[in-house]
Amino acid sequence: MVALAISREQIMAWLDDVADPEIPVLAITDLGIVRDVTIQDDVVVELTPTYSGCPATEVIEQSVLDALHGHGLENVTIKRVLSPPWTTDWITTEGREKLLKYGIAPPASGGSKRELLHGNRNIACPQCTSVNTSVVSEFGSTACKASYKCNDCLEPFEYFKCI
Amino acid sequence: MNSNDSLMAYVLRLADNALILGQRMVELVAAYPELEEELANANFALDYLGQARMYYSYAGDLEGMGRSEDDFAFLRDENEYRNFLLLEQPNGHFGDSITKLVLFESYYLLQLEALVRCSDTRVAEIAARAEKEIRYHLRHNTQWLVRLGDGTEESHDRAQGSVDALWRFTGELFAPDEVDNVFEAEFDGPDLFRIREQWQKNVAAVLQEATLEMPEDHWMASGGKEGRHTEHFGFMIAEMQYLQRAHPGATW
Repeated sequence: MVALAISREQIMAWLDDVADPEIPVLAITDLGIVRDVTIQDDVVVELTPTYSGCPATEVIEQSVLDALHGHGLENVTIKRVLSPPWTTDWITTEGREKLLKYGIAPPASGGSKRELLHGNRNIACPQCTSVNTSVVSEFGSTACKASYKCNDCLEPFEYFKCI
Repeated sequence: MNSNDSLMAYVLRLADNALILGQRMVELVAAYPELEEELANANFALDYLGQARMYYSYAGDLEGMGRSEDDFAFLRDENEYRNFLLLEQPNGHFGDSITKLVLFESYYLLQLEALVRCSDTRVAEIAARAEKEIRYHLRHNTQWLVRLGDGTEESHDRAQGSVDALWRFTGELFAPDEVDNVFEAEFDGPDLFRIREQWQKNVAAVLQEATLEMPEDHWMASGGKEGRHTEHFGFMIAEMQYLQRAHPGATW
């Protein structure tokens, strides 16, 4: 058996290099989907899926296995944790900054049930920060994004929806 | 019926509802005249298929016979599916599809809200995930029904036709049977009488905003929960199961 003299912090640092397959500028740790890492005889990484049907879920799990195997960890288990369900509130401050720099408006904090049913307030343009923006489409290139346009600088942009 | 049997049956119904509705929506992929709705439909279908997978996996664990989610989805016969008849109805025109979604999701959201509080941890966890998604679907689909009903004379008449035609499939949603009753008693499951009251209020409000008439409850079709399906169902699953039937055991 390999002696696991590796710390949880070390593993979390390695996971910082695992990119989200749909928004590669974000690490999975930025998304907040890595719930825990425990080290006993093997390493257990707890992950939470974002959406039920998110096609990235299995890719992410494989990427985590590949990354940790690449660092010499043999016995790695992925555990899918459903509860509590993932919310965009778990995207880290750093993750939000990365999204903004990438040109995607980050989700407003505190996504409420009411917002899901009745729509959201003005979203700031990631290019010029104007809140004079309008929805082009509630649906974008992936399930988690909506398409917006800025009425001031006229740039189209994507908004990471609150859930 | 003991509590384990009711749990298994209840989870399979949830799974079959999600799969069959998801499959109907998949039939419309690449058929929408407008990109936004195309994406909406495909994304929503994906949510349903994702939910179906979670329910089927759990059903497989409960059964303990090693059946996978694919075994449940692709290798059962028509009379083993327990979805509502409403969900297997053909897509029809856009108004039919939207009306079907509004009628079902107005129910499903209330069901999920109740399931989040049920005493079976895994059902509650899946419900908590699914609830957020369905809330978003319902918002979108309700806006469409209002737009169609309160739109042109033509869209109004066709939307009213959709409501009238699909209404007879809504009775089954609220008719508790042994599975519902045992699940409610043993796992603190949904109270269908209360859900029906709330559903009627919510749907009445949407129809009113859409300037559509709420039909009266006459004869209601039922049987889906017992595996007795309408004629459309066999054709639908024949297409859905084609690959696994023609090439048993095929995998990606």
